Amino acid sequence: MEVTTYNYKIVRQFALMTVVWGIVGMLVGVLIATQLVLPDLTHGISWLSYGRLRPLHTNAVIFGFGGTAMFTVVYYVVQRTCHVRLYAEKLASFTFWGWQAVIVLAALTLVSGHTTSKEYAELEWPIDVLIAVVWVAFAVVFFGTVIKRKTPHIYVANWFFGAYILTVALLHIVNSAELPIAFFGGSWWKSYSAYAGVQDAMVQWWYGHNAVGFFLTTAFLGMMYYFIPKQAGRPIYSYRLSIVHFWALNFTYMWAGPHHLQYSALPDWAQSLGMVFSLVLLAPSWGGRMNGIMTLSGAWHKLRTDPILKFLVTALSFYGMSTFEGPMMSIKTVNALSHYTEWTIGHVHSGALGWVAMISIGSLYYLIPRLFGREEMYSMKLVTTHFWIATIGVVLYIAAMWIAGVAQGLMWRASNPDGTLTYGFAQVLNQMYPFYTIRLLGGLLFFSGMLLMAWNVWKTIRVGKAVDDAPIPAPARA
Amino acid sequence: MNEFTSGFWSWYITIITVLSLAGVALFLASQRTRRLAPGEKAEEMAHKWDGDLVELNNPLPSWWVKLFWITLIFSAVYLVLYPGLGSFKGVLGWTSWGQYDTEMTEAKAKYDPIFNKFLGQPVEQIAADPEAREMGQRLFLTYCAQCHGSDAHGAKGFPNLTDKDWLYGGDGGTIQASIANGRAGMMPQLAEALGGAEGVKQVANYVLSLSGSPHDARLAAAGKEKFMLCAACHMPDGTGNQTIGAPNLTDKTWLYGGSEASIIETISKGRNGQMPAQLQALGEAKVHLLAAYVYGLGGGMPKPAAPEAAAPAAEQAPAAPMTQ
Repeated sequence: MEVTTYNYKIVRQFALMTVVWGIVGMLVGVLIATQLVLPDLTHGISWLSYGRLRPLHTNAVIFGFGGTAMFTVVYYVVQRTCHVRLYAEKLASFTFWGWQAVIVLAALTLVSGHTTSKEYAELEWPIDVLIAVVWVAFAVVFFGTVIKRKTPHIYVANWFFGAYILTVALLHIVNSAELPIAFFGGSWWKSYSAYAGVQDAMVQWWYGHNAVGFFLTTAFLGMMYYFIPKQAGRPIYSYRLSIVHFWALNFTYMWAGPHHLQYSALPDWAQSLGMVFSLVLLAPSWGGRMNGIMTLSGAWHKLRTDPILKFLVTALSFYGMSTFEGPMMSIKTVNALSHYTEWTIGHVHSGALGWVAMISIGSLYYLIPRLFGREEMYSMKLVTTHFWIATIGVVLYIAAMWIAGVAQGLMWRASNPDGTLTYGFAQVLNQMYPFYTIRLLGGLLFFSGMLLMAWNVWKTIRVGKAVDDAPIPAPARA
Repeated sequence: MNEFTSGFWSWYITIITVLSLAGVALFLASQRTRRLAPGEKAEEMAHKWDGDLVELNNPLPSWWVKLFWITLIFSAVYLVLYPGLGSFKGVLGWTSWGQYDTEMTEAKAKYDPIFNKFLGQPVEQIAADPEAREMGQRLFLTYCAQCHGSDAHGAKGFPNLTDKDWLYGGDGGTIQASIANGRAGMMPQLAEALGGAEGVKQVANYVLSLSGSPHDARLAAAGKEKFMLCAACHMPDGTGNQTIGAPNLTDKTWLYGGSEASIIETISKGRNGQMPAQLQALGEAKVHLLAAYVYGLGGGMPKPAAPEAAAPAAEQAPAAPMTQ
């Protein structure tokens, strides 16, 4: 018998958990931002120490919030743009429970002090194995659905999702090559990297930068390519542009990792290549932004009244800003000033809050009413409020970190006429307090927005009814 | 410097890089299309998804294409000028090591004379010079404050440099030697030698009694005899020995804490105090200036009468802390 409905259950599960992990991840972020203002806040409680909570924050927001948002959107979009029900639905269900288990295990192990100490890849090897298994299942479900599609062409969002799924598998498996000490009679929760010295650093940042590139850019561009034309009700501006920037972006991103190791033990040639390809990355990154923004031509008036579109377009603006900033920061002379300062934190958050979180939130506000049989969210007014709170929060956050970072970099290099440093480390740190406080305020605002969202989602679910009979329309034949 | 294990890898990098950049450029060039005439609408692609998702096929924005070309041309020029293509050094011959060496040589030529002018003066004299003290403080905040604190009051395991209690001696020459060559303060683990936990507790109480701190008199009496093992370094009267950095146990200054529990930990597990040597990194002139700064923090002591004779030095130094 021909299946005639979409699988919305899996989308619903992931959508709700996105909100949950967003709140958890950002709450931990707020906590560690508070610790930077009040360093003795959790003094003596090892599992609440900054060193353990910081990786918990990054893992919870990137893989918990961001990853779960991507599962939500991929499963929704791939079905609707292929005009078929999800392939291998049991496997899809496994990816849900498997991915949630990964996040819970991550939280438990990180706070209890188990870490590989590789940034954004801190999770120990048993969890790495689980991630790999879940990811392969994800790939089977996604590509299986694309293969059995009813449309002649593959929709652009799915190109980006496919690139995201393939490269993240490659990055995760290569960077997580590690030797568990359990094989030598040691603990089950400790391993050592298969690489040593500067090669380990290079593999780590090849992974680390592409985690940003493919997990947080390529994937979310796919999200953008569905929700912006849908919400704006306008055709995508340029098919050609989408092809050019898709291939250029994915090809070039793979080279950019060494810019994290400028002026390090990494050979000069590798540092140069990292910088050069990061600069080449500027136009391909902006290609997606232009295509999204130009898609709005003819629909700009909707921006005044539609808070969802506000979220999506503001996300593109922050995307454009941080993808301009990134190539600039990869230039050796700029990097010499910016590296190791708060500027980097500002840059990351203009991408993470401004781009990733805003586009995800906008998309969820589009999605959740449709999953629960409603025209729109319970309160669109509250969505508008959320938008303004979130925007002010991001701006406060990144402005504080830019000023702090540049001040920090300049103070570190300032010298007296006798060549000694003008400022001791602690003196520079002292100057950071006001900015840390503003950052905390920005973070708190963004976090409060998530609480508003949770309430709004809850009310929408209460008045709505889970949709399990969304019919699959016949694909348009051209 | 050649980082490659064989010539093959250099060519491998070079060829892949050149092909990649050229490939991106060719790809971009191949995507040029006619610009739309004024008023002309872009064609709509014949695909349609999910009811209403359609695509126009506007040409690439020309400013965007130009931006792309600028970055590609910049990259090509950069890779000719700077190292990047395997072991090709680049026309400018720049290396990060070279940049470091040049900056260091310039800095040495510029700043060394400023520091060298103090080299001929004794530490005690420099300590009284306000300009030198200021320079010394800047050095201290950069190189020493991490362990000894910005105010030089130290922390657990890191000596306070502002009092007159010195592990190795507080005269100018000794302070300079401590900074230049570093110190390794080794207190061995003695739990076994003292007959286990009980023995350690007895000795700890005896040690507490030496400084008149609250202690259990019965345990202290039992520990007195066992203290003979400690006397080799800390002297029979517990006043310590500066030639080997054995602390004076009769005062109330404690490097690792003066509670019974800390002392028990110190005796049973031992301690390893490491002051790293600075001479190689900082050079003689800066070490000299730092010695003067530390000397002038309030703890500076006169030179011992016969600095080469170990015994008088050991006798003289502990006298001061007991009067604190």
